[in-house]
Amino acid sequence: MATSTQTTKEKKEQQKTKTINGAQAVIQSLINEDVKTIFGYPGGAIMPIYDALYQNGSKLKHILTRHEQGATHSAQGFAKTSGKPGIVFATSGPGSTNLVTGLSNAMVDSTPIICITGQVHSQLLGFDAFQETDIVGISMPVTKWNYQVTKAEEIPEAIAKAFYIATSGRPGPVLIDITKDAQLQDFENFEYKKITKVPSYYPYPKLNMEMLREAANLINNAKKPLILAGQGITISDAEEELKTFVNKTGIPVAATLFGLTAFPSRHPLFVGMLGMHGNYAPNIKTNEADLIIAIGMRFDDRVTGDTSRYATNAKIIHIEIDAAEIDKIIKTDVAVLSDAKKALIKLNELVQKNNFDKWLTEFRELENIEIKTVINLDIYPKGDEIKMAEVVHEVSEQTNGEAIAVTDVGQNQMMAARYYKFASPKSIVTSGGLGTMGFGIPAAIGAQLGRPDRQTVVFVGDGGFQMTIQELATIWHYKIPIKIILLNNSCLGMVRQWQQLFFDKRYACTIMTNPDFIKISEGFGLEAKKITEREDLKKSVSKMLEAEGPYLLEVAVEKIDNVFPMVPGGASVSEMMLKA
Amino acid sequence: MEKLYTLNIVTENNIGLLNHVTIVFTRRHLNIRSITASESKIKDIYTYTIVVKTTEELIGKVAKQLEKLVGVYKVFVYEDHELIHQELALYKLPISAIKSGINIEEIVREHNARILDIETEYILIEKTGHKEDTQKLLKALQPFGVLQFIRSGRVAMAKPMKSLDEHLMEKENAYTYNDL
Repeated sequence: MATSTQTTKEKKEQQKTKTINGAQAVIQSLINEDVKTIFGYPGGAIMPIYDALYQNGSKLKHILTRHEQGATHSAQGFAKTSGKPGIVFATSGPGSTNLVTGLSNAMVDSTPIICITGQVHSQLLGFDAFQETDIVGISMPVTKWNYQVTKAEEIPEAIAKAFYIATSGRPGPVLIDITKDAQLQDFENFEYKKITKVPSYYPYPKLNMEMLREAANLINNAKKPLILAGQGITISDAEEELKTFVNKTGIPVAATLFGLTAFPSRHPLFVGMLGMHGNYAPNIKTNEADLIIAIGMRFDDRVTGDTSRYATNAKIIHIEIDAAEIDKIIKTDVAVLSDAKKALIKLNELVQKNNFDKWLTEFRELENIEIKTVINLDIYPKGDEIKMAEVVHEVSEQTNGEAIAVTDVGQNQMMAARYYKFASPKSIVTSGGLGTMGFGIPAAIGAQLGRPDRQTVVFVGDGGFQMTIQELATIWHYKIPIKIILLNNSCLGMVRQWQQLFFDKRYACTIMTNPDFIKISEGFGLEAKKITEREDLKKSVSKMLEAEGPYLLEVAVEKIDNVFPMVPGGASVSEMMLKA
Repeated sequence: MEKLYTLNIVTENNIGLLNHVTIVFTRRHLNIRSITASESKIKDIYTYTIVVKTTEELIGKVAKQLEKLVGVYKVFVYEDHELIHQELALYKLPISAIKSGINIEEIVREHNARILDIETEYILIEKTGHKEDTQKLLKALQPFGVLQFIRSGRVAMAKPMKSLDEHLMEKENAYTYNDL
C-alpha cells in the first residue's frame, strides 16, 4: 500500500517537472478542466495542437464539423444543454474568421464557449503571412475576453482564465489565439491551476438587501404584477426558486424566448411567451400591469416593441447580474444587481401571497381569444396544406414536451417556440439575439452530445438548412441520433411574411427553387422521408422519433403562412395584431 | 442635451485593451475628442482620459459597458465643472520670429507660456492650459509662421477628495469572485 502511494507521489512529481510543449499543455489543460468533447477543424497553424490531441486520443472526443462556423454553433448547443462550456478548435486566418458569427451569437446569448485558434509564428505576426489574420482584433467586440499567447509557458494560465471568465457571472465566449511557435515550444514544470479570481473582473455582485426589501415591498403591494422570466434563471439554475416564488406569491409568469424552459409551460400561472411573436395575453397585459418583475432578462427590442410605450403603467423591478443591463433599455424603479438564484432565494423569504384571481382571469380571456383566432387555426387547420404549427404541435405531443428542441431562425423558430410545450428545464436551444440562420443543425449536434441521454429534435426551414447543410456529414460521421424536422415552404418565410405585410407583397428574393433534400440527406447517409399530406404526419413523426439513428423528416408546408400574433416593428406591445 | 464629458478609465496594462475600450465608443457611434493614456501612481495600473461630447444618458451606458470589460477596474464620468483639467501644447516657430521686431517674449509671458528651447533654426514654446488658452496662443503666434503645433489630449483630475484606492476598495467590496 505504502509503495503504491509513493509511486503515485513520484509519478506526480515526475509530471510536475516533465517538459512538454505548448500544444500538449493545451490538451493537458483541457483535460484538467474535465473537457470531454471538442468541436473543431484542423489547419496549418493549429497542427501541433491536433498532433497533441492525437496522442491523447482516448481522453478527448473531437468532433470534426464540416465548417468552423458549425463548430461554434455545436459548442453553443453543447453548452446550453450540458451546462458546461463548449470548446472549439480552429486554425488561423479563414479558420478563425469563420468563428466570428458563432462568437457574436454566443456573446449576445450569454453562452460560454472557449475558442482556441492557431496563429502564425510569432515572428511573422503583422507580416501578412500565409493564413494570418488579426483574429484578436476582429473578435474583440464579440468576445467576453480574448488573448494572444506567444509563449508556451503562458498557456495553462490563459486557458484557466478562459474557463473562469467564460463561465462565471454573465457567461460568454472567449478566444485564445496561440502562435504556432508557442505550440511547439517546450517548457518545464507544467502545472495546471484553476483560476478563481481575475483582477478587474467582477462577476458576482453582492446582494443589496435594501434593494431586495424595496422589491419585496413593491411585490407585496402590487395589484397587477407580472413576472418576466429570462435566461438568467436557466443560467443560475434557479428554476426551482422561481417556482417557489410563483407559488408563494401567485403572480403570473411570462417568459422570454430563452426563458421558455425556465418555468413549466403547463403550470397554471404560466401565461405564455413575450415578444413580437409571443402570446397575446402577456404582451397586451404588459401595458396594464402595475408591476413588472423582470428576472434575468435584458428587455430585448423583440420583447419590448416601442420602448416609449412599454409597461406604461408599471413600476419595474429588474433582477439582473450584469450592471450594464440595468436601465439600458427600460428605466427601472428597483434594480437588484444579482444572479437570479441568489436574489430569488432571499426574495422568497420576504414575499407573501396575494389574490390575483381577477388579474389572472383577464389573461385567460385574452388567451382564449388567441386560441380561437390563431392557435386553433394553426394546429387544427382546415385547408389542405400542412402548417408548420401543426407539425411542431405533433412533435410536441409525441415527445410529451420532454425533448430538447433546437430551432433555426425565422418562422420555424417562432412556431417551435410557440407550439413546442416545453416540460423540462434547459431544453430550448435557439439563436436569440443574433438570429443566426444556419444555427439549427450544428447546434443540434452539440445539444445532443451535451445530453446524450435525451432526445434531441431540431426544427429548421429550407433556408437555414442550406446555410449549414454540410453538417449533415458530421451527423453521419459520428452517427448523432438527432431528429431533423425540415419545414419546407420553399421560401424564406419570415422575410416573405414581412414583405407581404409591410412591403406590399413585393417578394424580393425570398422565393426559392430548392434541391431534392431527400436525395441530399440520403447522400449524406441519413434516413430521410418527405411528406406532403396531413394524413401521413402522425405516423411519420412517430417513425422519426422511433428511429435509432439520425433521421430527417421533410414536411412540405404551406407557403403563404404567417406567424401571428405579431407586434409589428415600431409598435407598442399593446398593439399586437392577431391577424393581418 | 449634449455636453462635454471626461472619462477617467482605470485599467490594467494589457495589449489590446485600449482597442477594446475604443470599440465601445465606436459601437455607440461616438467620436472621441481627445484621449490620453498613461501609468497611474500604482505600477501597471493605467488611466485613460477620454473626452467625448454626448448626452448624460448615453455616457452613463457607455461607462457601464466599459466597466464590464475584463481589464477595466473603474470608470469615472465627469462634467467640466467637476474637474481640474489641462492640456499641453508645443509650438515651433522659425528663428526669424525673434528678429521680426515684435517681442515674442512678451507674448509668451502674457500667455503664461514658456520658451522650451532655442536652436539656430527654430524656437520651441510650451504652454499648458485649457484648449481655449492654447488655441489663443496659437492665434497670437500665427503671424510669425508657426512651423509645427501639437497639443496633447486632456489630463484631468476630479475635485472630490476620495482616492483611487478607496474607490477600488469600494468596488471590490460590492462583488465576489466566486458564485458562493
